[in-house]
Amino acid sequence: MKLRLSMRVNGNAVELEIEPHRTLLEVLRNDLGLAGVREGCSTGDCGACTVLVNGKPLVSCLMLAPDAEGASIVTIEGLAKDGKLDPMQEAFVAKGAIQCGFCTPGMILAAKTEDIPEGNLCRCTGYTKIQEAIREERRTTRPQA
Amino acid sequence: MRAFAYEEPRTLAEAGALMARPGRNQLLAGGTDLLVRLKRREWTVDTVINLKRIAGLRGVEARGDHVFVGPLTTLDELAASELVAKRWPILVETVHEMGSPQVRAMSTAGGNLCNASPAADLAPPLLCLDATMKVWGLRGERHVPLREFFLGPGKTALEPGEILTEIRIPPALAKGCFIKFCTRRAMDLAFVSVACAAVGKDVRLALGAVAPTPIRVLPSVEEAMKRCAPIDDVRASAEYRREMVRVLVRRALARVAS
Repeated sequence: MKLRLSMRVNGNAVELEIEPHRTLLEVLRNDLGLAGVREGCSTGDCGACTVLVNGKPLVSCLMLAPDAEGASIVTIEGLAKDGKLDPMQEAFVAKGAIQCGFCTPGMILAAKTEDIPEGNLCRCTGYTKIQEAIREERRTTRPQA
Repeated sequence: MRAFAYEEPRTLAEAGALMARPGRNQLLAGGTDLLVRLKRREWTVDTVINLKRIAGLRGVEARGDHVFVGPLTTLDELAASELVAKRWPILVETVHEMGSPQVRAMSTAGGNLCNASPAADLAPPLLCLDATMKVWGLRGERHVPLREFFLGPGKTALEPGEILTEIRIPPALAKGCFIKFCTRRAMDLAFVSVACAAVGKDVRLALGAVAPTPIRVLPSVEEAMKRCAPIDDVRASAEYRREMVRVLVRRALARVAS
């Protein structure tokens, strides 16, 4: 049986009918076409599917879609404003912290609230540049910290 | 995941009635264990009953002679509670050893305990703090000391249809430490875990991942060695775990004594 799901995704109200055994990851990727939400391990270990749910980074592969009822979701597609990348995205580009790009969306979203993401794997093992990018972003946008 | 029916009861009575229906009914709290088991097809369920719309099962607060921890309190909320940080820094230390920030924002205290993993990280410190589980069922409420709650891997004292509604902790301050021995710094399961806490002059010790359930033991290396019964598995051999119990218990006792 299908359920009605209402949530905000990247600032837009979204309403759709879903089967209850779908994960938030599947709904974002397949129903809403947000391919920046990556499916890696699908068991919560790799962090590639990280999205912000009510401001907090969560792994969307372990969240049942009906559980997102009423929530406000931000994916990597929602970070740029007026055609300008978010400072964290800029820092990743500037520091070359993107290799294959698979872990990048989750890494950037986790870095919005964490010092250095602890729950995100980079299979290219490009961690040094990722750390440099995050430190650079902190230094330029939050000089007081 | 295979298809299942989904329910969101608003009250415990509604949840109890749903659980009494025929078929395989499974409660959902944080989902970080349940969804993995469903995806791996280790479990099959007919109906998932999400507890999150039931009021009063989340949060940390002082209530008379005990501190209430709602079973749906997420691990990050537990660690962020000032009440917890002031009385039991050992719980904050433990939560920081669990999962990743993303997982801690989803996983719940009750889920960690009700899954009854021998390696459940919250169990050893809560055993040291003499926590009690308040349980609701269609036949009434009862209290189960955490020491009697774990019956075996994946098995708890919860009867069919019963729901954990409260983790009660006596308010006494405790000084302690939690040592989780594993190979990585995040997203890992313990080979051996040791919690040690001093409540006043009373020193308490509990072990995880070295017996079919987390266990409280008398606070000495000899007692810990006598009571632990580890198994060989993919993470470590029983022999190695026994040696690590010896080392880590000695270390934990020394840390709490200092």
